[in-house]
Amino acid sequence: MMFIDPHTHMISRTTDDYEAMAAAGVVAVIEPAFWIGQPRTNVGSYIDYLSHIVGFERFRAGQFGIRHYCTIGLNSKEANNEALAEEVMEILPRFALKEGVVAIGEIGYDEQSELEDKYFRLQLELAKELDLPVMIHTPHRDKKRGTSRSMDVCEEHGLPPSKVVIDHNNEETVRETLDRGFWAAFSIYPSTKMGNARMVEILRQYGAERIIVDSACDWGISEPLGVAKTAKLALERGIPEAQVRLACYQNALDAYGQSGQIKEDDWLNPPAIDQRTLYEGNSILRGGREPKIEETKIRRSMDELIIE
Amino acid sequence: MAERPSRLLHDWLQRQLPEAGFDWLAGQLEALQQDPSDRKLHIALGMIPRRLGKDDLALSEADLRAAEAARPGWDPRGWSVDEAARILALLAAAGANTGFAERFTELCSSAEVGEAIALYRGLPLYPDPGALEAQAAEGLRTNMRAVFEAVAHGNPFPRERFDEDRWNQMVLKALFIGSALHPIQGLDQRANPALAAILIDYAHERWAAGRPVSPELWRCVGPFAVASLLPDLERALGSEDETERRAAALALAASPASEARTLLAGAGALSAEIESGALTWERLATQA
Repeated sequence: MMFIDPHTHMISRTTDDYEAMAAAGVVAVIEPAFWIGQPRTNVGSYIDYLSHIVGFERFRAGQFGIRHYCTIGLNSKEANNEALAEEVMEILPRFALKEGVVAIGEIGYDEQSELEDKYFRLQLELAKELDLPVMIHTPHRDKKRGTSRSMDVCEEHGLPPSKVVIDHNNEETVRETLDRGFWAAFSIYPSTKMGNARMVEILRQYGAERIIVDSACDWGISEPLGVAKTAKLALERGIPEAQVRLACYQNALDAYGQSGQIKEDDWLNPPAIDQRTLYEGNSILRGGREPKIEETKIRRSMDELIIE
Repeated sequence: MAERPSRLLHDWLQRQLPEAGFDWLAGQLEALQQDPSDRKLHIALGMIPRRLGKDDLALSEADLRAAEAARPGWDPRGWSVDEAARILALLAAAGANTGFAERFTELCSSAEVGEAIALYRGLPLYPDPGALEAQAAEGLRTNMRAVFEAVAHGNPFPRERFDEDRWNQMVLKALFIGSALHPIQGLDQRANPALAAILIDYAHERWAAGRPVSPELWRCVGPFAVASLLPDLERALGSEDETERRAAALALAASPASEARTLLAGAGALSAEIESGALTWERLATQA
């Protein structure tokens, strides 16, 4: 089975993670622009960060047979630094049209401050102008109200719910998100967000229409195999394969595919120029329609003693 | 009279692109000529692959000859439609713009991978090439092999512009990252004793680590393989790897040392193949 992990901060992850993800069937990842664990102090480091996720990280993923996409945006935490935020807004249009940018995101609320609200709205307008989908980060604190408010603001700005992914949902927010017609994404992230057994129960209760599973793996204790493990658990616990495929692959492709920047052909039948350059012939397509992932040796074991 | 490179790019794209795509591009080029602002250029560069796709640029032998006539050394083989269009957009925006090098540097620093490859492949076509050398060197410092190769392979810019140190670094890095040497223009003309010495050290390092040595390494060593270096070539000549043996024979044939003839004579058939022209560096590289 092929998987897409539509929320990963690969910039913080190791090559072991890429290997493990590829071996588990992950064919594509989406890296939302976010904060980096430490506040940036100037727009220069923002420019370098965005250049990194549209550039080197995309290349790095290709070395493991994984296609890498990203979203571009000013995150809610750093929206509270007004001087920085103003300068970042200036440079966003320069990055939002780069190849492989599938949305404006992840944007939304953290503390739900006035400045967060201001820059959230400005970026919704940018998404409309550039005709890009939006990835919404919903707040960890005061989540339920923050999630409702995020959707209110999207509607107020005239964004069709079909172009907006509401991320970091949980049992308390999912019904409203689905009822209002938005995509409902869930981050399988230990301790703070969703666990995958809970996720399976959500699939059982709501089905898989407009539901998207991601890992949100980053620099914290998180799980880059979140999507693949959830899929396996869901199958073991009797969720129909078609539904697992929707939640762990197809819905992300349909939602972000509205950007025109992510297509199944990218991994099943990539353009010759990308084969020669970006992926150095490292295509996951080898024969047949389904990708064949080569057996990779997971090196992080003290039993693998020899380093060549 | 030879056409200008931008005219050739224009004609190739017009021939290959669907009419709607080409009309859009022509509109963008005209707008950039009139108002070459950063904003217009950024949007045009971003939109090009979306509007025009990424098919390989279809070029005939005659097109390649026209390219060579328009700009000696220009080799557009392996270019794609979006790369050609992006370079054309950059040329259109350059017009009378005197700050081309600053703009090129700024574009390279925030480029996505495909964009970076296009920007560097266009090096032989840009105005004020002397001012672009530092950024071209920056392209060699990347860890992205395809970007490195956009500078190093099929590009006359390095042979024309790089000093010996930079040239030698480029060749050594090509070997280091597993990139081929034969697509580097001017590889034989710009071989030099300092490079040969660096490469010999590198071969020793590889041997000490139990790692293979690229047969192409010996191409830059051969012409400077004085007597003291012959034991290394002798070792390569005795390799278990056939390509390495053939490379060692070619290097011996280029060596100025008289003892090299004796060693080569001992290699029998290989010596005859070199005499007859059946064994050359190009053939070795493309067969390996």
